[in-house]
Amino acid sequence: MQAYTQLPDLMPALPELLLAAGALFLLMLGVFGERRITPYVTALAVAVLAVAALPLLLPVEFGIVNETTFDGAFVLDGFARYLKVLTLIGSGFAIAMSVAYARNANFERFEYPVLILLATLGMLMMLSANDMITLYLGLELQSLALYVIAAFNRDSTRSTEAGLKYFVLGAVSSGMLLYGMSLVYGFTGQTGFGPIATALTQEGGASIGLVFGLVFILAGIAFKISAVPFHMWAPDVYEGAPTPVTAFFAAAPKIAAMGMLVRIVFDAFEPVTRDWQQIIVFISIASMALGAFAAIGQRNIKRLMAYSSIGHMGFALVGLAAGSQQGVEGVMIYMTAYLAMTLGAFACILSMRRKEGMVEDISDLAGLSRTNLPMAVLLAVIMFSLAGIPPFVGFFAKFYVFLAAVEAGLYPLAVIGVLTSVVGAYYYLRIVKVMFFDEPAPAFLPMPAELKFTLGLSTAFVLLFIVFAGPVVELAGAAAGTLF
Amino acid sequence: MSNWPLLSITTFLPLVGVFFILLVRGDDDGAKDNMRRVALITTVFTFVISLFIWGGFDPQNPGFQFEESEAWLGGSIGYRMGVDGISMLFVILTTFLMPFCILASWNSIQNRVKEYMIAFLVLETLMIGVFCALDLVMFYVFFEAGLIPMFLIIGVWGGKRRVYASYKFFLYTLLGSVLMLIALMAMYWDAGTTDIPTLMAHDFPAGMQTWLWLAFFASFAVKMPMWPVHTWLPDAHVEAPTAGSVILAAILLKMGGYGFLRFSLPMFPLASEMFAPFVFTLSVVAIVYTSLVALAQEDIKKLIAYSSVAHMGYVTMGIFTMTEQGVQGALFQMLSHGIVSGALFLCVGVIYDRMHTRDISAYGGLVNRMPFYAVAFMIFTMANVGLPGTSGFVGEFLTLMGAFQVNTWVALMATLGVIFSAAYALYLYKRVVFGALDKESLKSIMDLSVRERVILVPLIILTIFFGFYPAPVFDVTAASVDALLANYHAALEAAQQTAMLAH
Repeated sequence: MQAYTQLPDLMPALPELLLAAGALFLLMLGVFGERRITPYVTALAVAVLAVAALPLLLPVEFGIVNETTFDGAFVLDGFARYLKVLTLIGSGFAIAMSVAYARNANFERFEYPVLILLATLGMLMMLSANDMITLYLGLELQSLALYVIAAFNRDSTRSTEAGLKYFVLGAVSSGMLLYGMSLVYGFTGQTGFGPIATALTQEGGASIGLVFGLVFILAGIAFKISAVPFHMWAPDVYEGAPTPVTAFFAAAPKIAAMGMLVRIVFDAFEPVTRDWQQIIVFISIASMALGAFAAIGQRNIKRLMAYSSIGHMGFALVGLAAGSQQGVEGVMIYMTAYLAMTLGAFACILSMRRKEGMVEDISDLAGLSRTNLPMAVLLAVIMFSLAGIPPFVGFFAKFYVFLAAVEAGLYPLAVIGVLTSVVGAYYYLRIVKVMFFDEPAPAFLPMPAELKFTLGLSTAFVLLFIVFAGPVVELAGAAAGTLF
Repeated sequence: MSNWPLLSITTFLPLVGVFFILLVRGDDDGAKDNMRRVALITTVFTFVISLFIWGGFDPQNPGFQFEESEAWLGGSIGYRMGVDGISMLFVILTTFLMPFCILASWNSIQNRVKEYMIAFLVLETLMIGVFCALDLVMFYVFFEAGLIPMFLIIGVWGGKRRVYASYKFFLYTLLGSVLMLIALMAMYWDAGTTDIPTLMAHDFPAGMQTWLWLAFFASFAVKMPMWPVHTWLPDAHVEAPTAGSVILAAILLKMGGYGFLRFSLPMFPLASEMFAPFVFTLSVVAIVYTSLVALAQEDIKKLIAYSSVAHMGYVTMGIFTMTEQGVQGALFQMLSHGIVSGALFLCVGVIYDRMHTRDISAYGGLVNRMPFYAVAFMIFTMANVGLPGTSGFVGEFLTLMGAFQVNTWVALMATLGVIFSAAYALYLYKRVVFGALDKESLKSIMDLSVRERVILVPLIILTIFFGFYPAPVFDVTAASVDALLANYHAALEAAQQTAMLAH
């Protein structure tokens, strides 16, 4: 080993460094600037995210570069690059979509974009973590920032309740995760993913203690992606948190946590695939079923989106359950599609504003096709896509995860999955029905430009994916290949 | 023209119309008329283009023609188009009926005309795509995506219980087809491709065929619809606007039968042979039971919907006889039913536009005020019954002949359906058209307008023409059907020989 006086190679961590420096700079700017400086902080935060994405995008060949640094604790491969770009996109749009809301809801504080930058920094760390310690660092940085922004609207009881609930349950899950990590360390003597896998191979299987550790780790991560049975925080937090925060929660953190889960099970626990596979299958089925059935009775659209996102995590896990490269490719395509659909859906939810303020009931969308046809059509496209109806991107996402499950011979999982997607279609159709078949409710105020932009862009992706599906699938496949 | 991608042009031409409709501004009567005109011109133009497919079609060639192939999803899932004798006429049927649908909606749809026309044009693209697709994933995309415009058509422009009917239509059909999705993935992993001609040549293991057949059956049986999963159809038909019913009866139902011919028979011959008695049973139940149910209906559209289920029973029965007469008859029956049932719904639309009710009891004695209408309605009723000299007879007779060769009992029971169909159709005709014109509201009813005559006369001509001279259809289908059956029997024989060798 080299002497530790030498600085590790920092280039692979360039995006993280940029984000950290940017966040600290913007914090200073916010603290010492006047109140009117907040819009600039917001704009600069988006710019920082865009700049951080540049080093990830520059070598476009995802498969080629595979760098590790910090003595193997940090890895930048195609898989991490792909999901990091998605995460940055999610965070960037989440900040952009908050602008109009912030102006109208006394929400305009510079801490918000800064906290999102810090949370994003944590997510990028999670995606690159190749060691339990790095993973925990990234996860906690992300989570602490998220707890604060959930309670960001501190004068609102709902928001503070959401923040507190999220914090308490999140702390429990972090505890479980740590306990699992210490068990794994105790039974393998390693914290790095690669060394753990090596130790497991030498041991020739999982001891009971290691299985316990694995279960605790998976439980902790399942909480972060709000998969059943660790989902109970999601609907309350989604409903209680300010809507731009919900939009943020629904997109970027899910992608990061899902990426982290994929990496940990394949890099560290590959030798005990059979052990984690059955856990993932169970979580997946439970999430899909709960997401489909529990959403039926919802009246609040944010709560509905919470259940929808629980269901979608279940579908993404179908790909992971397959335990193959094809499956990881499916997960990545799924998360790409999920990001586009979630951003589009929340752009619409954020536009549900009347003179008297924001509204959140599904019934408020009544007759939207008469009052604002373009928005109704675009939201309908997103809803059909969420339901997994072709020719939209949601169908192809489901197609690839189920394709992997069928390849792995997981027929019961695949059949249960498609059946729950039919149940789920019911409540997505209900939104279309409310918008197109019902008598109009009073019109919403005109959409702000940034929401129009987000909605237009995400729907364009949802709608046109069928045309350029080939390159995207190839890219995801190459990126997934770097994990194996 | 021979080098042009004719199938892609025909398929996506309606989307060009959508684009032009989007350009039309305003919501006044002039703008509405412009939208209608654009839609009509687009559909007529698409029909004309599609005639080139028929013109360039080589009836001697049993394989696929006008093939196109492009890379799409990477790997072996590609954009592939092509038609053979089985699918080509469905493309023509679709493009042929669309202008009538637009014309039939000319006056009856007054609100949200733009969305209505767009929905219909998109639906046309998706329907043509189903019949042209030569890749299983593409087929599935077109097949499923068609639910969206139909859902909106029923839900937005439908009758009183439109919401219930649209949900039922959507979820029922979706439930059936998701199982097909799993099956097609399994086929992809077994054969390594989703190219339909390759899959037809691929030998799936016998055990796997059973499951695949059942999964595809779940989808097509609902779409067909076969008894006992037909219950969505009467609701959807009753609530849909006239043009929606026409499309539903004439094209969407045919996708089930087309699916059996395209997938179940050639790809899973062993399973098809095994399940043939099961299909016969369901078909005969459908023919007898739904004919009796039709007899008891009070609603004109519902009665015709049930009669559609019964007629589709002949189709499934004919297909699974695996005889030349049976399959040819089933194909003919589908085309003929497309014209006749479409025309019947148009006839119902004519009086519905005037009276705004579909109750049979609200009518009676129409012949006194509407002689032309009475003639048109009579011709289509007779075609529905299967009177010799109308196109309905040819298909029914051939399927019965095919069934008779395979199983006399099936043929016997199915023939009962012919009698029942005469009963309910004539009973309907008597109650609506004959009798004394004593209802106050009917005293001022007007006969067919010029537009309505333009719609109905071509359909009358075709119904009678194909009744006397069905050869143009059989010329096109014969080679492909022969090849289909030859492959089918060869696969069965091969399987028997392996079984013999194993003993």
